[in-house]
Amino acid sequence: MLSKILFKNLLKDDKGGDRMLTVLLAVLVLVPVLNLAVPESSVFHLSTYTVTLLGKYLTFALLAIALDLVWGYCGILSLGHGAFFALGGYAMGMYLMRQIGDRGVYGNAELPDFMVFLNWSELPWYWSGFDMFWFAMVMVAVVPGVLAFIFGWLAFRSRVTGVYLSIITQALTYALMLAFFRNEMGFGGNNGLTDFKDLLGFDLQSDVTRIVLFSISGLTLLLAYLLSRYIVNSKFGRVIVAIRDAEDRARFIGYNVEQYKLWIFVLSAVLAGIAGALYVPQVGIINPGEFSPLNSIELAIWVAIGGRGTLYGAVIGAILVNYAKTYFTGALPEVWLFALGGLFVFVTLFLPRGLVGVFDKRRKSSQGAQA
Amino acid sequence: MKALDSLRETMRRDRVFDFVAQGEYPLSGFRHTVTQGEIDVSHGTILYVENVTVSFDGFKALNDLSLYIQDGELRCIIGPNGAGKTTMMDVITGKTRPDTGRVHLGQSMDLTRMNETQVAEAGVGRKFQKPTVFPEHSVFENLELAMKMEKNAWTSLRTILTSEQQSRIEEVMELIGLKDQPSIQAKFLSHGQKQWLEIGMLLMHDPRVLLVDEPVAGMTHQEMDRTAELLTSLAGKHSVVVVEHDMDFVRSIAKTVTVLHEGSVLAEGSMDQVQNDDRVREVYLGS
Repeated sequence: MLSKILFKNLLKDDKGGDRMLTVLLAVLVLVPVLNLAVPESSVFHLSTYTVTLLGKYLTFALLAIALDLVWGYCGILSLGHGAFFALGGYAMGMYLMRQIGDRGVYGNAELPDFMVFLNWSELPWYWSGFDMFWFAMVMVAVVPGVLAFIFGWLAFRSRVTGVYLSIITQALTYALMLAFFRNEMGFGGNNGLTDFKDLLGFDLQSDVTRIVLFSISGLTLLLAYLLSRYIVNSKFGRVIVAIRDAEDRARFIGYNVEQYKLWIFVLSAVLAGIAGALYVPQVGIINPGEFSPLNSIELAIWVAIGGRGTLYGAVIGAILVNYAKTYFTGALPEVWLFALGGLFVFVTLFLPRGLVGVFDKRRKSSQGAQA
Repeated sequence: MKALDSLRETMRRDRVFDFVAQGEYPLSGFRHTVTQGEIDVSHGTILYVENVTVSFDGFKALNDLSLYIQDGELRCIIGPNGAGKTTMMDVITGKTRPDTGRVHLGQSMDLTRMNETQVAEAGVGRKFQKPTVFPEHSVFENLELAMKMEKNAWTSLRTILTSEQQSRIEEVMELIGLKDQPSIQAKFLSHGQKQWLEIGMLLMHDPRVLLVDEPVAGMTHQEMDRTAELLTSLAGKHSVVVVEHDMDFVRSIAKTVTVLHEGSVLAEGSMDQVQNDDRVREVYLGS
């Protein structure tokens, strides 16, 4: 189909991904049209609220791809990916804070409101540079990437695997949450960063900006999907799956297992950071709650429900679960957590390969990895 | 890196310096030259195990064991439980260090100074008893992963198989009898096929010496026959050392059999010779 023509080689054996990207491309064309061109009185009009909601789902889908890369393909169950997402979000939030300038409540051109409130006289050193968009964007990738590198280097080198790794990733995100809750950290304490006005001079409240943010989220998701597909199709991808299935054997054959794990972990963290950076301007706030361990666990549930090790399964899982969440928390708020828990139990017991496993009679005896 | 590597090479004490080995050595007329990293089999013997003793807490798993494997030979090693077969493999592959004795690959390489990876790199492949292939990968991919090539992460990302490598994989698939099923996932293979695939993965490394631990345990008779064929066909190009319990199988492949008992060689010779040896009978039959 459409995307197949565009990315023929990459999606050669990836029917599900091809369909998913085709739908994504269609949505990327339709949503702006339905929002901007169709008059509000029409039944086909899409409200800006919905657009923003969809944009948010797309950033979650990107986050889910990031987790699927490390969990589904390399067997590293990180329960701290929310931390990388939040760090990317904070980097973006800091830029947006600096953009407010003197339009804040206290009218201080230099300092964000919460710093004025705390009687700070100047910006902490680590806020410098964040008034420049390019710098903030670099930090969106660099901060999660460097943290993942250090963390992964220490963990993988000591051969921490399996459930122990999951636990220390939980500890990582929990520690960051506690740190970011503190006012003296200089990231707005438990209120976080909010009250954003504009991005590169474009008003964040306007319909057009929202549509553009939505489209960028969609395109980023598309590119990240193709990049991830490229990686898992390459020999690198086959090696990380080999590591997942028989780590010692892979080491014995001569692969530097730690090196492979480290790079896929860093890449995954960078993708999560980018997802966070796209999320923040659309929801208008970033606070330490994003670091909460619960978020990271929920993320693992999205991927498990969608289907591990397929990439598009993660996208589908993230979107479906979040749609359900939006629906249930609106209609039956008290039911949501039970529904999520029930869904997870159901999928674990009956659909070990997730929702996509049901539709996908996957490469049983005819898999075409070679020419 | 280059400089560091060459420095490291110079510091190695298990080999003759390059310049001595290849170059203007005054006596070079009287000696053959040794290329670094190449196995010197000019005396016809590829693996020397000499007077090796290994003891665990006073128990001598290997007791002054000496064994020589010729280049291209297919050798079977038998012996009752606890005879030291596995320990011997461990010593050769660098997993266990001998207390005394020497293990050389060719004339020039001292295996007792190398770790497991280095031994594997030097050209000794070991097949463990339990097959461990990558279950989710196809036969072809399993062999590709095992291929001798640059293995760092960045190269892997951009590697595309050359036609040479491709045909090497096909060659091995033909050899192990899985040519018709290149894309079947390894988890769907039968037990015997998994064993062959694993032997194939070892072959991708082009080892000069193959150590095979109980290859036919749990195989059907047909599978056994094909394994015998496979191992016989490998001899000549590779030296194959098979540790096995199954006497029928050993009889079907071996020209030379070595019997181990209590950590040293009890008897060596053709299958008939060995079976008619009184001491061997005593050990095996207790009579």
